[in-house]
Amino acid sequence: MTQASPTRSTSTNRLLAFLRDERFLQALSQIIFILIIGGVAYWLTQNLLAALARQGIRLGYGFLTETAGFDIGEMMIEYSRESLFARALQVGLLNTLLVCFWGIISSTIIGLVVGVARLSTNFIINRIAWVFIELMRNIPLLVLLVFLHGGIFLQLPRVREAIAIPGSIYLSNRGLTIPWFTLTPAFSIQVPELQGFNFSGGLTLSPEFSALLIGLSIYTGGFIAEIVRAGIQAISKGQTEAARALGFSWWQTLRLIILPQAMRVIIPPLTSQYLNLTKNSSLAVAIGYPDLLSISNTISNQTGRSIEMITIIMAIYLSLSLITSAILNWYNNKVRLVER
Amino acid sequence: MTTATVDRKILPPPIERYTVLGWVYKNLFSTWYDALLTLGSATVLYLVFAPMIGWAFTTAKWEVINANLRLLMIGQYPPSELWRIWACLYIAAIILGVSWGMWVRGSGGVGIALIVAPFFFMLFPSLELNDRLNLGGIVIAALAGFFIGRARGKSLSRLTTLSWIVYFPLVIFLVRGLNEEKQFFGVIGSNFWGGLLLTFLLTVVGIVFSFPFGVLLALGRRSSLTFVKMFCIIFIEVIRGVPFITILFMSQLVLPLFLPAGLTLDRVIRAMAGVIIFSAAYLAENVRGGLQAIPKGQFEAAEALGLNGFQTTIYIILPQALRAVIPILVGQFISLFKDTSLVAIVGLYDLLGISRSLLAQPDFIGRQPEVYMFISAIYWMFSYVMSYISQRLEVRMGVGER
Repeated sequence: MTQASPTRSTSTNRLLAFLRDERFLQALSQIIFILIIGGVAYWLTQNLLAALARQGIRLGYGFLTETAGFDIGEMMIEYSRESLFARALQVGLLNTLLVCFWGIISSTIIGLVVGVARLSTNFIINRIAWVFIELMRNIPLLVLLVFLHGGIFLQLPRVREAIAIPGSIYLSNRGLTIPWFTLTPAFSIQVPELQGFNFSGGLTLSPEFSALLIGLSIYTGGFIAEIVRAGIQAISKGQTEAARALGFSWWQTLRLIILPQAMRVIIPPLTSQYLNLTKNSSLAVAIGYPDLLSISNTISNQTGRSIEMITIIMAIYLSLSLITSAILNWYNNKVRLVER
Repeated sequence: MTTATVDRKILPPPIERYTVLGWVYKNLFSTWYDALLTLGSATVLYLVFAPMIGWAFTTAKWEVINANLRLLMIGQYPPSELWRIWACLYIAAIILGVSWGMWVRGSGGVGIALIVAPFFFMLFPSLELNDRLNLGGIVIAALAGFFIGRARGKSLSRLTTLSWIVYFPLVIFLVRGLNEEKQFFGVIGSNFWGGLLLTFLLTVVGIVFSFPFGVLLALGRRSSLTFVKMFCIIFIEVIRGVPFITILFMSQLVLPLFLPAGLTLDRVIRAMAGVIIFSAAYLAENVRGGLQAIPKGQFEAAEALGLNGFQTTIYIILPQALRAVIPILVGQFISLFKDTSLVAIVGLYDLLGISRSLLAQPDFIGRQPEVYMFISAIYWMFSYVMSYISQRLEVRMGVGER
């Protein structure tokens, strides 16, 4: 029987072996995959080019150096309607960074306080923290933002009847007015006072900025609180008991024993919360705060350059995300338990 | 084995009993700063909530909700085809009832709240009689399911899990219809979907259709094929690195340009495409977590049995990985339910979008607090109940622990 197929020579066998080789199959499937992806990409590009030709649009980023011609409500750098589109984007980026910076700080503070309160033995404090966390985790951020903006800030009374909160904080339809420090001529804290139809001194945050900042802070704070609680609970009870046995007070135990250890558990999920906050700040577009996304929307409405603007925006948010996660990874490596 | 455990029975810790005063002392006033905290927070609570409750019962005009209840719930869905929505709700009530009776059981509070919620809705004067009867019918269906589930116990377990999986595609089918000619069970286009109905449909479509893509992306990310792996990593990381709203803008503004001439998608379908892409990237990461949890021995055992890579994935790895990610999938369903509110920004009439268009009408100007409070309550209720049930199920079924 072995003599029956002398024609099936060694070369055929070799070919068969080659065809069944794992490495060959892998290479083949890669090539097929690339061909499919390339084909789809080619088809989409052809469609795009045809659509652009039909509508008479040409792609390009040259329009960024044209005059913007629209006003922006809030800005940190000099800008007027004679400025360029690129400058307008810069204004938007800075506004986004501003709200993210303060949002990260205040959401961390809120999260820390509420997370610790959630573990309090005091019944009322514990329940308040629970209700707060469950509210924040189960209401969409966008609904929270439009509620704060349209339902609360825009319904506030005029400046003369502003609602005063202890600590020289005023709420009016101009926004939130708080005491603020000044560096010129020397460091001092200014307290806002009602003079005529406006406040003098202090800092007035627009209704849009206040709603966005408060919304982002309490929403993210609710998530951070759960992370903090989980982090503290991950520390074994023996640590607390040992600290108490050594005569540490409740506060010292928390500050010197529990939190430093809990930080290691807390940092990685905290990172993703900060990233979420950065991305969520783009919801400003719904309440009219001139952040990066809403300015780019204005630009694409004016110029019709939606493809270019979307790619710019995606690139910027992607790099913001990568930078934030790089910084936090670096910090995470620093606080990591050093093993021998 | 059992004999040894009989005499060494583990006793539960002694139950602590307090009098009312004893409880108050221990939980509210055990130290001087505890007392201070209690009094301080009680004062703050009073200062914040007293005006709010006063507002809700005196100044607030809730008529805006009553007058637009149907719009908020189902948008422009034709009233003659309302039975389909009710059918979806009845089926959901029965399956939920059975699951509750079988797995959740004892927990009373949320269950009772769920039974009471339809009665609360019956209070709206704008509802017609048959709406109220249907709401009552749903409660009865849910209760019947509950008792069946409790009586039959675990024997229905497989069937119930299966019906949950079949339920979601069924909802899409029922709401959309079949018949192209507009007679019985005709197609109701996506431009008629609105309100809470659209919110749910976006979520269901997002999860159902993103599931295969998510699994493929997760497998691709762990693949040994360099290009496949690279493509999957780039896709997942880019989608996860940008805000959801930019993906929605992309699907609304840029996607039409990539389609061949003559093919147009309406805005709801385009938004669904955005939701699916977004959800697939996040789902892929969750499934990847499930894949990583599978011990290496499983792969080696499959190889020893002579299975090839494809067979190993289909028969050995995926069934275990998917089982482990079920709780995470429920979590993702809930967060997608909340995230779909973003479609309001691109002009769709979901629960939030329809509220915003309602508030733009001259009749309802200045009614923002009432409307937003109502829809917040709706979102809160659904998402809280879903996460509560999923937590209970996780504990009961031991999913993800094996």
